[in-house]
Amino acid sequence: MNPALSELERLFPPGRFLVKPGELAPYESDALTAFRARPLAVVLPESHEEVVAAVRWCAKHQIPYVARGSGTSLSGGSLPIDGGLLIGLNRMNKLLRLDAKERLAVVQPGFINLQVSNAAAPYGLYYAPDPSSQPVSTIGGNLAFNSGGAHCLKYGMTSNHVLAARVVLPDGETIELGSESLENTGPDWLGLFVGSEGLLGIATEITLRLLPKPETYHTVLAAYDSLEKAGEAVAAVVASGLLPGAMEIMDSLAIEAAEAAVKAGYPLEARALLIVELEGETPQVEAEAQYLEEVIQKSGAYEVRVAQNADERMKIWKGRKAAFSAVGRLSPDYIVQDGVVPRSRLGQALAEIEQLSARYGLRVANVFHAGDGNLHPLILYNGRVEGELQRAEELAGEILKLCVALGGSITGEHGVGMEKKSYMTEMFSEDDLDAMQRIRQALDPWALSNRGKMFPGEAPALRFHGAHPLEKAGVISRE
Amino acid sequence: MTLMPSSLAEVQEVVRTYPHIRPRGGGSKPALCAPLEGQTVLEMAGLSGVLEYDPGEYVLVARAGTKLAEVEALLAEHGQYLPFDPPFVEQGATLGGTVAAGLSGPMRQRYGGVRDFILGVQFVDGEGRLVRGGGKVVKNAAGFDLPKLMVGSLGRLGILTEVAFKVFPFPKATATLLVNFSGLEEALKALYRLAGSPIELYALDLEPPATLALRLGGLPEALPARLERLQSFLGQTGELLREAAEARYWRHLNPLPLGEGRLVKVALTARHIPDLEKALGSTPRRYLSAGNLLYLSWNDEPDRLDALLKAQGLSGLVLKGTVARSQLGINLEHVLGHKVSRALDPQGKFSLHAPLP
Ligand SMILES: Cc1cc2nc3c(=O)[nH]c(=O)nc-3n(C[C@H](O)[C@H](O)[C@@H](O)COP(=O)(O)OP(=O)(O)OC[C@H]3O[C@@H](n4cnc5c(N)ncnc54)[C@H](O)[C@@H]3O)c2cc1C
Ligand SMILES: Cc1cc2nc3c(=O)[nH]c(=O)nc-3n(C[C@H](O)[C@H](O)[C@H](O)COP(=O)(O)OP(=O)(O)OC[C@H]3O[C@@H](n4cnc5c(N)ncnc54)[C@H](O)[C@@H]3O)c2cc1C
Repeated sequence: MNPALSELERLFPPGRFLVKPGELAPYESDALTAFRARPLAVVLPESHEEVVAAVRWCAKHQIPYVARGSGTSLSGGSLPIDGGLLIGLNRMNKLLRLDAKERLAVVQPGFINLQVSNAAAPYGLYYAPDPSSQPVSTIGGNLAFNSGGAHCLKYGMTSNHVLAARVVLPDGETIELGSESLENTGPDWLGLFVGSEGLLGIATEITLRLLPKPETYHTVLAAYDSLEKAGEAVAAVVASGLLPGAMEIMDSLAIEAAEAAVKAGYPLEARALLIVELEGETPQVEAEAQYLEEVIQKSGAYEVRVAQNADERMKIWKGRKAAFSAVGRLSPDYIVQDGVVPRSRLGQALAEIEQLSARYGLRVANVFHAGDGNLHPLILYNGRVEGELQRAEELAGEILKLCVALGGSITGEHGVGMEKKSYMTEMFSEDDLDAMQRIRQALDPWALSNRGKMFPGEAPALRFHGAHPLEKAGVISRE
Repeated sequence: MTLMPSSLAEVQEVVRTYPHIRPRGGGSKPALCAPLEGQTVLEMAGLSGVLEYDPGEYVLVARAGTKLAEVEALLAEHGQYLPFDPPFVEQGATLGGTVAAGLSGPMRQRYGGVRDFILGVQFVDGEGRLVRGGGKVVKNAAGFDLPKLMVGSLGRLGILTEVAFKVFPFPKATATLLVNFSGLEEALKALYRLAGSPIELYALDLEPPATLALRLGGLPEALPARLERLQSFLGQTGELLREAAEARYWRHLNPLPLGEGRLVKVALTARHIPDLEKALGSTPRRYLSAGNLLYLSWNDEPDRLDALLKAQGLSGLVLKGTVARSQLGINLEHVLGHKVSRALDPQGKFSLHAPLP
């Protein structure tokens, strides 16, 4: 073992310092299994001080490092760096404080998203950001990726729910960003840190904002004979002045897959399903429900179901949440894309995706956060057919360019990571990227922290696509 | 010297040419935009106008010098509004100045402050380069979140030239309850109970000594039932404001009319209120957003307020009235801030402090 490594070994007890190939293997990739890299070593800190020690060691020896939560990043964000250190934060998984009166929770970075809401539930509170990976993904990973979910139009993304963070900068210095207040008096440094994809440092303690649980939900499932009608229904709901907590659309391929997987009782022959959920105070939701009913009736839905109780509501959502992993039943391999278009261009975007699908000879299933214009096209292919993966990749790229051309974004919630760094130039000019790079270099002149991610550069070739092992096991599903 | 650019290229040119620059929207927060010796004032009013607004999209894109009044009028035509409820609308505040100062009003309670609604920015950095961050869709995770970084930046990181916001439908009907309590303790108890309940309030303000101002919004047919529920939750009826009187009440508060002293914004949480109430005496003030935001009018020496805020571990920002330093209370400076400022403005052209002679 080289001297630098033995120095590191002295900092971490056995069992929390991993170097043997067998020990490293589970850390070689994240949920974007197309990329693989072997880290030099893995350390599993249990305290802020140990994170500082690891980062200082990296700074001293100029060794790049990656922080890792649960490794569910879909864009290769937590892919290790060849020869770099991997800092696994799963053991820093404590709830440090829950202050129900002030409606906040202070957690270590490895605390699991869903656990926050579970801990807050006895007080009638919850943590709003709900990525589909919430049963496994960590608050640290959510913060670094500014994760989203079905409720972003109304509640915003993770960034809107993080109040403060203790951060270890790439030189090992510790700073505190934000405060317990919702307000600020100075530049929003915390706002910059959230969503920086692990490039600006490691969060070791995070203060989250909790919200009172809505009193009532009103969940409607509407079936359409065309995708276009479902898209127009979303526009009509918005135009009516209603602000639903969630609006989701699934196309026929996604419906077929979801039904096969979880039997949610969806109308199988529908060309598109729309789920609209109102939430809030009971008298208000009851009144809104009447307007919603009118809007949905006029939108040409041929079947409308309203969840009559919590069970029926869960069933509607179960199908939606399972749709992605369920697509695995229709195809040996698939790519999940994540792009955003202005809501008014949804129809156009879907029509063009359909044409692209035909042109490339690959099926595309659509499941998306319609209220946010956040598309998640699933490109189905067979990795064993010569050239199909490459065609799928090209098609995915075309879809991203389409999103940008329509005025949208290359990612709504999965981040840039490894996967999309070459598309950053589609969205940002050289000066834009240069400003971001200057910020990064000011904090990390040797680019140690998550080197090789987010900014355009060479990417290794893709090898494989498919479900995350936890998806295959049915533990989580993606949106 | 004051310059009034009317194009992006002119802003870039000014930044490249002059060593010390202080941007100004129109001056509704004079303490923040009054130039110091040696600073060139950059009046942003020439860069104004709404660039994109599709009501169905809930997104508005406008040049930074656009007056809030113009934006609000346009949104109101379509039943929409800026949910962070910026102050100083009739005083001529601009979008850029509002973002740079990081100011939100009472209705921030419902959906959040400026930082929660900004989607995109374009700014001129300290080298005269035009930089864009974020975008104009309501969900976006590409690149560093430069839009949020600009909130509260006070012109020190760049000259904002364009901003994109998420907007929302304004409630079809609103009503306000003014509820008096026997003392601060009772008022705070009610404030905490409300803030932790599923009752959705557009505003939850505390008017010292012990009055809560509660604003409900929603569909007109649901409002009476909700008001009744709110009253029974509180155990008292309070004074009900509706229609024109209600609108007048909130419009009157928009310029933060707290008196002639230095107008100061303080970021806090409700648990600071009891100690502050003891210390602030007769200082005119109002707590917004369930005790997360305090605006006060300080008639004494700034140093005294500085010390008072420090003792509470709080930070403040002077918006109006002369001061040597607009930031009071605890020092929020840290190495990340210094490094990021230097990265965007290596020559210190936008420094808030007077240039050395
Ligand atoms: C009581 C009162 C009455 C007034 N009445 C009138 C009137 O009748 N008619 C009239 O024309 N004006 C009037 N004014 C002036 C008016 O307030 C300004 O015109 C106005 O536009 C406000 O500027 P602002 O709020 O946008 O930000 P400012 O107060 O100008 O600036 C706030 C902060 O933002 C920064 N900043 C501003 N713009 C940018 C930018 N684009 N990029 C980066 N940083 C920026 C500043 O440097 C400063 O730190 C009045 C002001 C007051 C206080
Ligand atoms: C089935 C499935 C469904 C998904 N659904 C969604 C969804 O609905 N919405 C959504 O937004 N995402 C979704 N994702 C993506 C992923 O779950 C999120 O990006 C999540 O936030 C990653 O959390 P993690 O703990 O797994 O982080 P990791 O994958 O371990 O890390 C992600 C990034 O965060 C960095 N990081 C981790 N911890 C820290 C820290 N403490 N400080 C600084 N940087 C850190 C890493 O370096 C890496 O860059 C899904 C993924 C899967 C597999």
